[in-house]
Amino acid sequence: MSNLQSLDLRRRSATTTQPPSQRESIEVAKLIDVSRCIGCKACQAACLEWNDLREEVGVTVGVYDNPHDLTENTWTLMRFTEIDVDGRFEWLIRKDGCMHCADPGCLKACPAPGAIVQYKNGIVDFVSENCIGCGYCVKGCPFNIPRISAKDQKAYKCTLCSDRVAVGQAPACAKVCPTQAISFGTKTDMIAWADKRIADLRERGYKNAGLYNPAGVGGTHVMYVLKHADKPEIYASLPKDPKISPLVELWKGVTKPILLAGVGLAALAGFFHYVTHGPNEVQRADEEAAERARRDRAA
Amino acid sequence: MAEQQDNILDRYTPGARVNHWINAMLMICLALSGMSLFHPSLFFLSDLFGGGVWTRIIHPWMGVLAILSFLGLFIRFWRFNLWTADDTAWIKSVRHVVAGDEAKVPEAGKYNAGQKLVFWLMSMLTILLLMSGLAMWDSQLGHLTSIEQKRLAAVVHALSAVVLIAVVIVHIYAAIWIRGTIRGMTRGSVTGGWAWRHHRKWLREEVGKAK
Repeated sequence: MSNLQSLDLRRRSATTTQPPSQRESIEVAKLIDVSRCIGCKACQAACLEWNDLREEVGVTVGVYDNPHDLTENTWTLMRFTEIDVDGRFEWLIRKDGCMHCADPGCLKACPAPGAIVQYKNGIVDFVSENCIGCGYCVKGCPFNIPRISAKDQKAYKCTLCSDRVAVGQAPACAKVCPTQAISFGTKTDMIAWADKRIADLRERGYKNAGLYNPAGVGGTHVMYVLKHADKPEIYASLPKDPKISPLVELWKGVTKPILLAGVGLAALAGFFHYVTHGPNEVQRADEEAAERARRDRAA
Repeated sequence: MAEQQDNILDRYTPGARVNHWINAMLMICLALSGMSLFHPSLFFLSDLFGGGVWTRIIHPWMGVLAILSFLGLFIRFWRFNLWTADDTAWIKSVRHVVAGDEAKVPEAGKYNAGQKLVFWLMSMLTILLLMSGLAMWDSQLGHLTSIEQKRLAAVVHALSAVVLIAVVIVHIYAAIWIRGTIRGMTRGSVTGGWAWRHHRKWLREEVGKAK
């Protein structure tokens, strides 16, 4: 996606000063009610259509997942899981894609100024013309979402249809979903709507039904209503407690200023050593001593 | 200047000098391009290499060249950098070295213990940078490592690069501070007085060899 001037920024990658953020904005969210999903893949088709992308025709390996993984074209993917839960067979379907974390690991890892932005409404977007193709976002993401294109070495992922949202439209996937398993609105409204759905599911016997809005990444702007919120990992390995990896925190956190200061101090220490201890020059006596040593040898 | 031709010593062959300076140029380019991706305030350095995308493309290739050139230096110099008991004594009096009080420092051979430390630190850090760099080279070798391995590699690469840059600063500063050193790596020779003052044991060996 390209940068949208109609939306102000909360964060901008590799930028240490405040980005343009004069206007206040309401936080938005997409709520995916997994219990209402029928696995029709209309969302996948709508995503390709709105973003004008084509997926390669793949091969079947005996599962419904098609393609088999997220790609630089497929920014959202239905992941199907057949599983016995508490002695009952269930067919779990989860629409995978960027979670639009409040604390985005991709943005934290990105070294290119303005290649990843977080709009004030919470959407995390890749500004492709600023992307340098290093793949650091892949290392930063706790959900394994960004994909690097083999064609142009740029990173791609769900934009939460930031271009549609900027003009007051819902994301293409939410618009097209025939069972309204995907809803879109303010984050507050979506949490309130999720609470109703969870109450309904609990009444129907799903006592562990709940909202997936993981606190480890500051909450997300794509949330799930799960029938089994106590074990999200059964939904095609949805992480139970996702966080930015401690290695990424180390790499992009305290080490940056500390290491930079270390290099600066080494250079300064050298300069001041020179200023206080001067150059170490060879004296005439040294040359004479060397001559003497040479003559003694020759004699 | 009337040079005392009989009171100079050969220190580096033309091959060693060319090898050293190729390595130095590559290391400086690697440090500048690497730092541009390390800290946002240094991203402007990527303009030296044609922008962020070019920096990302050429940094690893320069790394490959630097590894080859460093290997050349390693093969040339490793045996002169083996640690001896004298080096331990030298390190213990490093205080006097820094103070420029060399009368109190044990005599050094071709390389003193500080130079040997620089050599071995550079060698070890280069290996770490090579391994972690390959693990981060997504456009060429991305499929060979897991995301978790890449994360570890990123930390190792940043840490070892910063230590290496600090070691290089020490190396460059020492060459500036100890006058008469740089000509060894530019013209290949040093004066007898320089050798007497800083590498007396080496001087004795060299004059002993002379016809």
